[in-house]
Amino acid sequence: MPAAAFGVYLHVPFCATRCGYCDFNTYTATELGGGGAQAEWATWAEAEVALAACTVGRREAETVFFGGGTPTLLPSADLVRALDAVRRELGLAADAEVTTEANPDSVTPESLAALREGGFTRVSFGMQSAVPHVLRVLERTHDPEGVARAVAWAREAGFAEVSLDLIYGTAGESLADWRRSLEAALACEPDHVSAYSLIVEGGTRLARQVRSGLVAAPEEDDLARKYELADELLTAAGLSWYEVSNWARTPAARCRHNELYWESADWWGIGPGAHSHLDGERWWNLKHPSAWAGRLAAGESPADGRETLTADDRHLERVMLELRHVSGLPLALAPPERVDAVVARGLAVRRDDRLVLTDRGRLLADAVVRELVA
Amino acid sequence: MTPPVSAAPAPGSTDPSIIRNFCIIAHIDHGKSTLADRMLQLTGVVDERAARAQYLDRMDIERERGITIKSQAVRMPWTVPDGNAEGAEPGQYVLNMIDTPGHVDFTYEVSRSLEACEAAVLLVDAAQGIEAQTLANLYLALGADLHVIPVLNKIDLPSAQPEKYAAELAGIIGCDVDDVLQVSAKTGFGVEALLNEIVTQTPAPVGDPDAPPRALIFDSVYDIYRGVVTYVRVVDGKLSHRDRIQMMSTGAVHEMLEVGVISPEPVKADHLGVGEVGYLITGVKDVRQSRVGDTVTSQHKGATEALGGYKHPVPMVFAGLFPIDGDDYPTLRDALDKLQLNDASLAYEPETSGALGFGFRCGFLGLLHMEITRDRLEREFGLELISTAPSVVYEVTMEDGTLHRVTNPSEYPTGKIAEVREPVVKATILAPSDFIGVIMELCQSKRGQLQGMDYLSEDRVEMRYVLPLAEIVFDFFDQLKSRTKGYASLDYEPIDDQAADLVKVDILLQGEPVDAFSAIVHRDSAYSYGVMLAGKLRELIPRQQFEVPIQAAIGARVIARETIRAIRKDVLAKCYGGDISRKRKLLEKQKEGKKRMKMVGRVEVPQEAFVAALSTTQPAEKSKK
Ligand SMILES: Nc1nc2c(ncn2[C@@H]2O[C@H](COP(=O)(O)OP(=O)(O)OP(=O)(O)O)[C@@H](O)[C@H]2O)c(=O)[nH]1
Ligand SMILES: C[S@@+](CC[C@H](N)C(=O)[O-])C[C@H]1O[C@@H](n2cnc3c(N)ncnc32)[C@H](O)[C@@H]1O
Ligand code: SF4
Ligand SMILES: [Mg+2]
Repeated sequence: MPAAAFGVYLHVPFCATRCGYCDFNTYTATELGGGGAQAEWATWAEAEVALAACTVGRREAETVFFGGGTPTLLPSADLVRALDAVRRELGLAADAEVTTEANPDSVTPESLAALREGGFTRVSFGMQSAVPHVLRVLERTHDPEGVARAVAWAREAGFAEVSLDLIYGTAGESLADWRRSLEAALACEPDHVSAYSLIVEGGTRLARQVRSGLVAAPEEDDLARKYELADELLTAAGLSWYEVSNWARTPAARCRHNELYWESADWWGIGPGAHSHLDGERWWNLKHPSAWAGRLAAGESPADGRETLTADDRHLERVMLELRHVSGLPLALAPPERVDAVVARGLAVRRDDRLVLTDRGRLLADAVVRELVA
Repeated sequence: MTPPVSAAPAPGSTDPSIIRNFCIIAHIDHGKSTLADRMLQLTGVVDERAARAQYLDRMDIERERGITIKSQAVRMPWTVPDGNAEGAEPGQYVLNMIDTPGHVDFTYEVSRSLEACEAAVLLVDAAQGIEAQTLANLYLALGADLHVIPVLNKIDLPSAQPEKYAAELAGIIGCDVDDVLQVSAKTGFGVEALLNEIVTQTPAPVGDPDAPPRALIFDSVYDIYRGVVTYVRVVDGKLSHRDRIQMMSTGAVHEMLEVGVISPEPVKADHLGVGEVGYLITGVKDVRQSRVGDTVTSQHKGATEALGGYKHPVPMVFAGLFPIDGDDYPTLRDALDKLQLNDASLAYEPETSGALGFGFRCGFLGLLHMEITRDRLEREFGLELISTAPSVVYEVTMEDGTLHRVTNPSEYPTGKIAEVREPVVKATILAPSDFIGVIMELCQSKRGQLQGMDYLSEDRVEMRYVLPLAEIVFDFFDQLKSRTKGYASLDYEPIDDQAADLVKVDILLQGEPVDAFSAIVHRDSAYSYGVMLAGKLRELIPRQQFEVPIQAAIGARVIARETIRAIRKDVLAKCYGGDISRKRKLLEKQKEGKKRMKMVGRVEVPQEAFVAALSTTQPAEKSKK
């Protein structure tokens, strides 16, 4: 068996402000009591990369993904420094995919050019919506026009791969609003789109607003309709789904890094709260930037917890992840009679030796997974 | 000073003339057990250190709910001092006190306690006045020929109205206002005087010490260490340790392994003599072998005539009990067996429900009895149970003359029915007169017939109704309490049955009847029942991958309909590296949850839906508002 593919994830836990719906491990400068942690991030990320190299030795990364938070809140030089460390300590494949997430209002033509020059190949912008009242409920800071501008700058800087993230189901968003957002996104001609239904994550400001009745909770039927509309418009524009919430213009435009996650491949997570996975072993870092940095300063691993996956765990994860992907689940991973049942109900089809979700099945993917592993 | 217990007259050699047997009876919460506490302390059988509130409420469930469920008898020595203000004859006495429950479901506990006594202390909360069980218990005591000692309790309360309620009490007993004693069980005020009055007013027991022994069983309790402990009141002769005794109803013979008195813990004795109250242990393992109401005599030269019998309570309310986890069925069976050892009024037989699987159809004395039994099963035996809606016993006569006794709506016969009869009760409601209107309105909507109404005082009335038991079992009491702001009290006893226009309403999920939801209701409320339950289920049953019609039907005729729309989306949006473990754990939890689903046809119904749908189903009038 060939060694699993390998990727590196770098978590940059800083944002200018916190959006009400977001439960990612991220902090504003005020929350951190100053910009110190931000300024030091690259230093400690470098240190952690070096520590990783001590464990895995030289292992070329096929993908590198800077996620957040808002990576582009840092100077491009810091991000490039961390990327350089990966290249130096672990190695980087010649055709490696190197992505950064970015907020539309946290980039400039110069910062994007610097990233491109430093070896980044892909930018994923958090667009979320093109409709002002929706952006307001989401507490997004950028104005709708900012997205097209940022995409244009990215193109000018030489990024061939540009992705846009959208969120649907926000309170007050009509079907027409959602159509407008999709059309606005498509007008930017991205080669990749992620469309997520709004999730009310526990502990967020949004969750409190929903609980107190201030903001309406997303409604399942509405979400289903909006998913169908997204699929319809994106497909018509030449993008096709390759994972439940992801569409790409060509197979090459898919986010290779995310695909590593869905293939249960290996990845090393650098940064506060980052998760790692190496052959059935999972661990995760201390979440707070200063706790994370403190460990690294002492020359210790910043890991906070770990788990060893049992064969059952790995099986369950494979079913749950691979079924969401357009290439489907190997039939060998599910009992034939269960497969028959979901196929009979039109939720999936057999394609060669794989079980692939149908359009309707995509919307009921979790139910299908439960049925296949029950 | 109270004399030490050791100086007290010994059981078996106590002259009946110094024995006083009495019980404390009252409406629920009027302070019987608290008064008993003070008596236990004053007579010295419980010292300061061992004392705790409601000492005699020994069961966990009694302590938790703050109510008495089982009667408790205690022997207490009492010395009447010289020159006491009550004018009682000074000297040593033996008091047998029985604390009784106040709740209507446990009326049978009161009636059997009365059989062991010559007097009853009728306790009334001086802030509440006479309530429904005050009257019910008073009539029971008078029916058992007991002398009644009227006492107002809680006179320490600022809201107490002793003059008003003394007059009320005197009015119903037919005594002088001055005969009504006043105490505070909380502070102990007046309790010593009450003990002296009990000595004066309670007739000493009479019996023939030389006749063959006869003792009445008034309680029988299973104890895991000692087997069945039988409580008796000796009428004639003497019962001794090592005697061979005979149960007069069955002729069964047992050896007496132990006799004794409760004071307030068991104290072994050699004998029990005329007029004494105590316990005996024979080694039998089932309370039904030592039945309440039976007469104990000796095997040799035994008595030939049994003492006056005792009317056994019959279960009036039936419900199915099902384990949430089907594997717990044997545990449930064993648990019911064990509870029945102690509770002869609990009836049960196996039942199979299409929706809920294997369980038991259980008969209870009332709703509180049902609730408490279920509580004990869950707590003492670690079970998780679903109970179906309570039902009463219907007599269904078919046109071909066959007769069915229906305790379970799902067994309601199909075919041509000539007549259905349902049990009715005589209900007594006591309330401030301001509420006469709302009470009449409520009773009318519950098919009640007013029998009469009396003013207890200027502003309080007693209303007497005949009501179908099924309506009471439904939610009558809750409605009564809420409409009268908690001021009304209710007592009822079964008296008869009546023909009624009843129908069975079935609930169908995707065209399949769900037996657990069937109910027998009056034709006039069938529609609102159907609408209510179908609506409730629509909220409670999660959406499935297909549309689920819910129908309420009488026979083939659909009277209400709801639809659970098919679920269209069941997928999490994102799945990053850090989400994977979290999502896997979520899936595992959902898998576990699925195990707690009951399949009704193709429809997955969560246990919680059954529990919620079957809990106090809101009745007809709700929809009228
Ligand atoms: N203020 C005051 N409260 C009292 C007095 N007697 C009893 N109580 C309170 O009344 C409540 C009920 O008392 P219990 O002794 O449990 O009443 P009970 O009649 O035995 O109740 P059941 O056995 O359930 O019928 C308790 O909270 C007592 O503390 C009294 O004399 N004064
Ligand atoms: C790691 S986030 C951050 C990216 C970047 N900071 C931004 O907000 O533009 C990546 C994406 O996750 C999605 N996301 C975050 N929270 C979400 C939620 N509660 N429900 C649905 N999608 C969410 C958003 O689309 C967001 O762009
Ligand atoms: S959504 Fe993006 S910008 Fe908003 S708080 Fe989360 S990570 Fe930061
Ligand atoms: Mg009590």
